[in-house]
Amino acid sequence: MSKKIRSAAPKAATDSTAEISLTINGEAITREVSTRRLLSDFLRHELGLTGTHVGCEHGVCGCCTVIIDGWAGRSCLTLAVQADGADIRTVESLAADDGTLHAVQQAFHECHALQCGFCTPGFLMSLVNYFERTPSPDLSEDGIRSVLAGNLCRCTGYQNIVAAVRRAAELLNVEGAKS
Amino acid sequence: MKPPQFEYQRALTIEEAIAARAANDNTAILAGGQSLLPTLNFRLGAPDSLIDISRIPSLSQIEITDSEVKIGAMVRQRQVEIHDEINQANPLLRETLAHVAHLVIRNRGTVVGSLAHADAAAELPSVLLTCDGRVEVVGPNGARSIAADEFFRFHLTTALKPDELVTAACFPVLAPGTGWAFGEIARRRGDYAIAGVCVVLSVDSNGNCTSASLGACGIGSRPIRLHGAEKILVGSRLDEDAIAAAGDAAREAVETPDDTQASQAYRQQVLATLVRRNVVRAAARAGAPA
Ligand SMILES: Cc1cc2nc3c(=O)[nH]c(=O)nc-3n(C[C@H](O)[C@H](O)[C@H](O)COP(=O)(O)OP(=O)(O)OC[C@H]3O[C@@H](n4cnc5c(N)ncnc54)[C@H](O)[C@@H]3O)c2cc1C
Ligand code: FES
Ligand code: FES
Repeated sequence: MSKKIRSAAPKAATDSTAEISLTINGEAITREVSTRRLLSDFLRHELGLTGTHVGCEHGVCGCCTVIIDGWAGRSCLTLAVQADGADIRTVESLAADDGTLHAVQQAFHECHALQCGFCTPGFLMSLVNYFERTPSPDLSEDGIRSVLAGNLCRCTGYQNIVAAVRRAAELLNVEGAKS
Repeated sequence: MKPPQFEYQRALTIEEAIAARAANDNTAILAGGQSLLPTLNFRLGAPDSLIDISRIPSLSQIEITDSEVKIGAMVRQRQVEIHDEINQANPLLRETLAHVAHLVIRNRGTVVGSLAHADAAAELPSVLLTCDGRVEVVGPNGARSIAADEFFRFHLTTALKPDELVTAACFPVLAPGTGWAFGEIARRRGDYAIAGVCVVLSVDSNGNCTSASLGACGIGSRPIRLHGAEKILVGSRLDEDAIAAAGDAAREAVETPDDTQASQAYRQQVLATLVRRNVVRAAARAGAPA
């Protein structure tokens, strides 16, 4: 039985496109993008910022989380065109130029809050933004787990991630964090 | 997966959004995108064009009057959750929003988007219904107001016409002394609930219940008022027997057949339990004698 050979793939996508200008990790850029391009794919495939991971593409796993105009959001549930004019921060922005880790990264490191690391960028960006946005974070077991509920990790069993949140609070001098 | 092809239109005014809506009968409004983008990524929907309303300034307004909390279509769920004046006017919103998805999703998802999406298991539609709230809508023929019990028709289906736009949701202010509660049972935090129950009630100085509104999500094809339970509670002293009877009366409201999450019998049990728990909490907040 012969299988029909497929005709050549189209050379150029027939997608409609739009020009967007935005700031990514402090750098201003302008690009032409397909209107259906997800922000996650724009960051990874077009800008090479592969620290933002992609797991589920429907908002459940959290590993694509970035900070959009000061609020953490799923880059897989945001179109690149929606981010026109926005200020985006990704995991690449967290450590200082000399490699000094952000307090939340440092806490993950100290508490062994990652194994394969696939989920880690999403946890970091959700938590960094949580601490930025929450003057008195709820550091009870229940409070921490409710913040972590939006990110899935298949490796750690979460215990060490909970510990890292408490440690990050200490490093950030959050009131109520034990030192 | 990735979304299918569509035209992207950015409306800068309500008029532009309505014109784009009227020009094609297969458009979708893009608000926070937290339900629309999953739908597109799963290829469950294929609109010809998306109309992005996020840059229409008037839709980001919050207005609190003596009688209503009016939440514009681009106000994010998280904004409402942390808004202290809204919490004073209608504390059900903060209590309920804690159960809606995850914090990061609430940062982008809008209150109106959740109502317009009208998932039968979504929490906010049941609150709008229980409080007797309404939505404000604009179309080519002008503005109109739709009461909650008119608005929610079926799972993912509302009374909105394809050329209309919801501009705001209006939740009544709860009078001082009103008892209120929202609670749900879900398999995991942030999941749509197996069932959720919203209660608003009032009690007179003798401890008699003078009014009771109860509504539930997750038990049928749309948010449902629990009229049987309401009838039992009004006029009662909100004693243990009346509350247990109200829970039992609610069972028959469950329409959802056995599904992968729960059997119908289990859902009835969950609903009865939630009615009891939430009436007890609402009664305590109304200052009813324990
Ligand atoms: C992982 C995950 C978990 C979730 N869990 C829950 C949950 O537990 N409970 C819950 O209730 N929700 C849950 N959601 C859904 C979430 O609450 C959505 O934010 C909300 O349902 C839609 O709001 P939006 O602004 O994102 O709307 P969009 O996604 O932009 O729009 C949703 C739909 O409503 C229409 N629409 C939006 N705004 C308007 C308007 N102004 N006029 C007319 N039509 C409009 C759109 O065209 C679309 O069809 C979850 C979402 C995710 C991704
Ligand atoms: S890839 Fe965005 S939440 Fe999973
Ligand atoms: S460390 Fe492997 S998924 Fe979290």
